[in-house]
Amino acid sequence: MGRLSVDLCGITLDNPVIPASGTFGFGYEFAEIYDINVLGTFSFKGTTKEPRFGNPTPRIAECTSGMINAVGLQNPGIDKVISEELPKLKNCFSKPVMANIGGFSVDEYIENVSKISEEEQVGWIELNISCPNVHSGGVNFGTDAKSAAEVVRAVKPFCKKPLIVKLTPNVTDIVSIAKACEAEGADGISLINTLLGMRIDLKTKKPVIRNIMGGFSGPAIFPVALRMVYQVANAVNVPVVGMGGVSKAEDVIEMMLAGATAVEIGTANLVNPKACLNIINGLPRVMDEYSIDKLSDISGGALNG
Amino acid sequence: MKQSIFKVVSNETIAKNVYKMVLSGNTSEITSPGQFVNLLVDSCFLRRPISVCDVNGNELTLVYKVVGTGTKLMSKAEAGDEFDTLTGLGNGYDLSPSGDKPLLLGGGVGVPPLYMLAKQLVSQGKKVSVVLGFNTKEEIFYEDEFKALGADVTVTTADGSYGVKGFVTDALPDEYTYFYTCGPEPMLKSVFRKTVTSGQFSFEERMGCGFGACMGCSCKTVTGYKRICKEGPVLKKEEILWED
Repeated sequence: MGRLSVDLCGITLDNPVIPASGTFGFGYEFAEIYDINVLGTFSFKGTTKEPRFGNPTPRIAECTSGMINAVGLQNPGIDKVISEELPKLKNCFSKPVMANIGGFSVDEYIENVSKISEEEQVGWIELNISCPNVHSGGVNFGTDAKSAAEVVRAVKPFCKKPLIVKLTPNVTDIVSIAKACEAEGADGISLINTLLGMRIDLKTKKPVIRNIMGGFSGPAIFPVALRMVYQVANAVNVPVVGMGGVSKAEDVIEMMLAGATAVEIGTANLVNPKACLNIINGLPRVMDEYSIDKLSDISGGALNG
Repeated sequence: MKQSIFKVVSNETIAKNVYKMVLSGNTSEITSPGQFVNLLVDSCFLRRPISVCDVNGNELTLVYKVVGTGTKLMSKAEAGDEFDTLTGLGNGYDLSPSGDKPLLLGGGVGVPPLYMLAKQLVSQGKKVSVVLGFNTKEEIFYEDEFKALGADVTVTTADGSYGVKGFVTDALPDEYTYFYTCGPEPMLKSVFRKTVTSGQFSFEERMGCGFGACMGCSCKTVTGYKRICKEGPVLKKEEILWED
């Protein structure tokens, strides 16, 4: 185990840096400019049963220290991910990858998780429960403890990899949702997904995003994400993967002190395609600066008790 | 794609709200006209995608219009200033189907990428016709530059203050073998309807990353979903699906 390595649900990561789903595609674009095997792992583009185009454009809006996206889970569908994307990925990434899986019904989650579980390249399944449930009026599974628990309970028997449940921050009490997921067998919790936001174009006097609202991400949300990671890590015993506005090595350490075992980096990749590479290269220097010998020692260092 | 630092050589206004910036850096990834670069502008969060107007050795020319905060900041850049730049982005124009008499149709800030295209077509011995459309006389740029290449140039203005009154589609030549176009969407739709040959269109969309990672700028085409920043910005006439 090196200075930077951490254990995530029984799999050793060379470092805790994980590009977040939806900001890293299936890795190829980034493999053009650096060897992505330096990463701990990465979470691939959120995958659903059917191929999806997603929402109408414009679906991007710039903000102060962040951006809003309303891409809407554009992806080729799970069968094509398995038959085309994963074989292609093998050429540029030799580590276990994190599979981000979505769904619009409990049955769809079960089907997607069952299929992706069979893939040797997949190390963990990150379950995106911030999807609207088509069977209950489009309310997100992740916005109440009961429906979140229902999804986790349903997929768990079909899941042959560590199951990490990714939580939305757009809730009243994220701790109760995290605990409900843990109680149903989640092997880890990742948070936070994007915060619901919007922008209005002063020229047209209309929302910038065609869908009106979208997910706000970027450095502006870091303190909110850190707070939620801290709250959840204090309340659950499973590993927590922290994300939200992380853009430099110092942020990774802060997230780990708040209780994260590993850290996902999202929007930073879109602005600087080498963001994760720079963070990994910067970690030893920042660790020296703050007298940190091994990263795995500091996880949860700022937690109560 | 390549990420590198470009240094400003010059940055000057050439028409109302339109600037020409010459930068020096590694241009090796810029392989076809119609590609774009993505500039990191201090105090803006996202990069600014700007189409390549010309490349000469290690000099990159960008012609851009001030339309918001990012381009306003760009217009203030001075010689010696540096930009972190992603180059080699997007699929540019394919010159191979042009025939002997290609027609280039540019509207406003859609004109710049056609310059490098015209230059390359002329160097292949093609007889190039160019129609440049602007709103009004004081917004016109690059008429002389296209003429200097040896292209047959027509300028249109919407208000009739210079050249042919109307839009580029009001000044289509009688004969052309193929067309290439870039401009605002209403113009592109009109070009789509009024042209009689096949051709290539360059599109614009709000982008997150500009290199294919975020899927922010996707569009639907006859041949499936495409990312404007990656499979585009240039699409063939036959694959375009207009929405709305």
